[in-house]
Amino acid sequence: MILDSKIPDGPLAEKWTKHKFNVKLVNPANKRKYEVIVVGTGLAGASAAASLAELGYNVKAFCFQDSPRRAHSIAAQGGINAAKNYQNDGDSVYRLFYDTIKGGDYRAREANVFRLAEVSVNIIDQCVAQGVPFAREYGGLLANRSFGGAQVSRTFYARGQTGQQLLLGAYSALSRQVANGKVKLYPRTELMDVVTVDGKARGIITRNLITGAVESHSAHAVLLCSGGYGNVFYLSTNAMGSNVTAAWRAHKKGALMANPCYTQIHPTCIPVSGDHQSKLTLMSESLRNDGRVWVPATVEMAEKLRKGQITANEIKEEDRDYFLERKYPSFGNLVPRDVASRNAKYACDEGRGVNETGEAVFLDFRDAIARDGEDLIRAKYGNLFDMYQQITGDNPYKLPMMIYPAVHYTMGGLWVDYNLMTNIPGLYALGEANFSDHGANRLGASALMQGLADGYFVVPYTVGDYLAQAGYDKVSTDHPEFQKAEKEVKDRIQKLLNIKGEKTVDHFHKRLGKIMWDYCGMARTAEGLTKAKGMIKELKKEFWSNVRVLGDNEELNQSLEKAHRVADFIELGELMVDDALHRNESCGGHFREEYQTPEGEALRDDENFAYVAAWKYLGEGQEEELVKEPLVFENVKLTQRSYK
Amino acid sequence: MSWVTKTLNSTLGKKLLMALTGLFLILFLVVHLAGNLQLLLPDEGESFNIYAETMANNPLIKVVSIGNFAFILIHVIWAILLTKTNKKARPVSYAVSNASTNSTWASRNMGILGTVILLFLIIHLRGFWYEFKFGEIPTIVYDGITYKNGFAIISEAYSNILYVIVYVVAMGFLGFHLSHGFASAFQTLGLNHVKYSPLIKKVGSIFSIVIPALFALIPIVMYIQTL
Amino acid sequence: MNLTLKIWRQKNISDKGGFKDYKVTDISKDMSFLEMLDVLNEQLSDKGEDPVHFDHDCREGICGMCSLHINGKPHGPLQTTTCQLHMRSFNDGETITIEPWRATAFPVVKDLVVDRSSFDRIIQAGGYVSVNTGGVPDANEIPIPKRIADEAFDAATCIGCGACVAACKNASAMLFTSAKISQLAMLPQGQVERKERAEKMIAQMDSEGFGACTNTGACSAECPKGISLSNIARMNREYFAASVSSENV
Repeated sequence: MILDSKIPDGPLAEKWTKHKFNVKLVNPANKRKYEVIVVGTGLAGASAAASLAELGYNVKAFCFQDSPRRAHSIAAQGGINAAKNYQNDGDSVYRLFYDTIKGGDYRAREANVFRLAEVSVNIIDQCVAQGVPFAREYGGLLANRSFGGAQVSRTFYARGQTGQQLLLGAYSALSRQVANGKVKLYPRTELMDVVTVDGKARGIITRNLITGAVESHSAHAVLLCSGGYGNVFYLSTNAMGSNVTAAWRAHKKGALMANPCYTQIHPTCIPVSGDHQSKLTLMSESLRNDGRVWVPATVEMAEKLRKGQITANEIKEEDRDYFLERKYPSFGNLVPRDVASRNAKYACDEGRGVNETGEAVFLDFRDAIARDGEDLIRAKYGNLFDMYQQITGDNPYKLPMMIYPAVHYTMGGLWVDYNLMTNIPGLYALGEANFSDHGANRLGASALMQGLADGYFVVPYTVGDYLAQAGYDKVSTDHPEFQKAEKEVKDRIQKLLNIKGEKTVDHFHKRLGKIMWDYCGMARTAEGLTKAKGMIKELKKEFWSNVRVLGDNEELNQSLEKAHRVADFIELGELMVDDALHRNESCGGHFREEYQTPEGEALRDDENFAYVAAWKYLGEGQEEELVKEPLVFENVKLTQRSYK
Repeated sequence: MSWVTKTLNSTLGKKLLMALTGLFLILFLVVHLAGNLQLLLPDEGESFNIYAETMANNPLIKVVSIGNFAFILIHVIWAILLTKTNKKARPVSYAVSNASTNSTWASRNMGILGTVILLFLIIHLRGFWYEFKFGEIPTIVYDGITYKNGFAIISEAYSNILYVIVYVVAMGFLGFHLSHGFASAFQTLGLNHVKYSPLIKKVGSIFSIVIPALFALIPIVMYIQTL
Repeated sequence: MNLTLKIWRQKNISDKGGFKDYKVTDISKDMSFLEMLDVLNEQLSDKGEDPVHFDHDCREGICGMCSLHINGKPHGPLQTTTCQLHMRSFNDGETITIEPWRATAFPVVKDLVVDRSSFDRIIQAGGYVSVNTGGVPDANEIPIPKRIADEAFDAATCIGCGACVAACKNASAMLFTSAKISQLAMLPQGQVERKERAEKMIAQMDSEGFGACTNTGACSAECPKGISLSNIARMNREYFAASVSSENV
């Protein structure tokens, strides 16, 4: 199988402009003859659904939450990048492109990333026009900040709630189209399968989460905007409901899954406090601007700390190991996310972790408070300190914060071409659900940019191109393919309900999460991954013979919902392990301990691994087939990162 | 439906009527109090009786008093309409409510307070206004002009301790009603401003204590005078 | 900690429902309230009983999906969302009463889950600026004074959880509706549709069966985002001004 990324010819900076001219257009009067399904109503889904409806297409929008406004994009804190260069500090489309490619450790497509940087400026205009209240200067113009170690101030933000404000903007545009009758909303509805007819995506099967009704929806194109799969780790910063089901169902119908092992671990999260923990909370990494990361120099002292015999403040300066400052004198506490995360893990692996579970390091503001005063620190981080105190019960003005890395974002996803179409014609993947723009590692404030770029400014062109060539003919939901898919869904539901085993769904999810975190988390080894593969296979077998799903299908049944999701996570977990095992290099969010520089940095192998690893599902119980899409770099020179 | 009825029928419109009539009645209280305080002048009721007669014969005051009755009626009817809407909005109530932590008792019980005030108003109107208007009232002559001697009726009434108690207690209810109603009316009218709202709240609080207290003072003093 | 939970159980929208008592033991004070309910649900599942259904998603206080009326207050004793409430706010041996939001416009779907789609319909009635994708001016061509931008932002932080409705003795949605009307009334982008927006959104709010406002302030006191009552005053102004001056006869 050969993957055609359909990247237009010509110089990098002209590709998108040229492509927009070359796409086929649908006559305005004919747009109403087309139905488009959008699954997920986060930034990508809501913006795509609204924009397509504005053009005149009939859109059906689905989300599992009770309202489209609750999609997990809402939780993004930091900001959104755009190459506006409002600050006159040397930013440009090309610089944003370059930073993103480099930040992704050279594992993303140049053309996609350039387009992303190019349309980033339109996103800000669009959001402001919708009434999104971005932060402003006293003169009334938009404020920017530097984010995630960027050398320019290109991040637009709305306090610590940028994701919320952008999503509410997209949600308002979506609501307007609902009122116009161009979008029909299906909240509390989950995708159960994708239906293909003659090799093209022609609809989906859904389950109404309130009534349990399994329903068919036919369309001319299907857009999956269903987010990332971080919850495969059980504990992550994702919402409880975030799941891989839509992408995974598409994968099993033939769509390729690309780079599933690229996982971003965020260093500044609130540590796990016990077995009951259901989710992890991220705190903005801006905290590392003033906080100093440390652990006790000795294991003995860390043990005393864990037993509560001493407090952090009693540890003398010479007994503290500021390990990031020690190892990376020039970047110090501001090293990139993956480096900070990995070093925290190493410190804890050595037995120097500082909380009861032994998995936490200090982030200390003592010196910053002494230098700048408590008031200034409060003004900068007050809301984060309050949040920390609310969750942990500790006062971070008096005692150092405790932090630990947590899974935050997944760069991998469904393989898509330049048009954001998967290898199944008519099936698109947008936002975090696709793999396309972040390579092996995503830069801060780029996720929101990508979701909105895909939905507002890419897909409205590329979907039209496909539809113009696809014809208007509708497929009835009575078509045998729909009937077959519906039956399969119903059988699967019955199968889950009939197992009537001993263990709850959460039990399996927690076990899966632990396997993934231990062996396919921040640092991976061939040995560990091989072991994990066996464990996941076992877990899968046990799940399908011993899970207990209570209740019936014909009601609101949250254990049944979870069972579907966890079943898919288990299968995805195995593929992630395969992908991590095959990639014999370290890059971005994928760190293989066998492949590191003498200084302990990620060691890429550009000669052998400068490709997208796309995996093809071949059937139950079979190993997936690896399909490679070579990455060609014509504009940037591949370099090794160094933060010494 | 015309736009006027549509507006007034909305929840906001109904509240608007409550606020406007409420504010008018607040104003009325001040005027009424100013007149009644003359009962306490040491002139055996002369000023009060002359004032009452002047008021009764002033055509403008007549119009205002009709308006006053109308406003009381509107205030009551719309309160009933709103209560119905509000009850319908939550047919099943909570088993446990801890509302005292988020709002004042008076603000949550304006209906009860209002009902008690209405009952009092009926007693009050029957006892004085009706008597003045339609009852047999003794007369008194000042400077050769004959006046109705309302003062005599009032002082007789206030020699009854039960009557005094009813009045004083009713003024307590009025105070609570005003303690929320005064500032609330401004909020409903949309008159909220960082500079003025704190002032309105303060004036409301003072008003809700001082005005009912002065009203209550009259029967108390007059009762003591009869001892 | 050991606790007694008095929880509203209701099979579906047409079921009458009622309270049921449960005991949970060994609850850590570091657990969030929802994690405590997770423990209960694991216990119930092990016994083969239907778990208690409740809405939740982000568990970081921003999506607005979690609800619950806990011991007589929406989102429990603190002014935050239920997912950000921790068990250290409760005492060992306490009995905690957990009820769903109660409002005609928020019918109970199952147990503690309610249907808040009425909020979506209020936004659909006009809670937006009618601009299509593309063809908008450069972002810095619309300067907005910082104070106004900040105030609009304060109104825009509403998470649509419905605690205002749950707290209000009249189950009124004024705080929710006014937050959106205020945000857009303050910003230059919202001026074009300002009057129509106020009229339409309030008409929709009324038709959903929410109650009127008594200005008790309970909504704002219980709002996890502290949305101010001044928004309701502004909505009132907007509405009355729109009624008398708009061209909708």
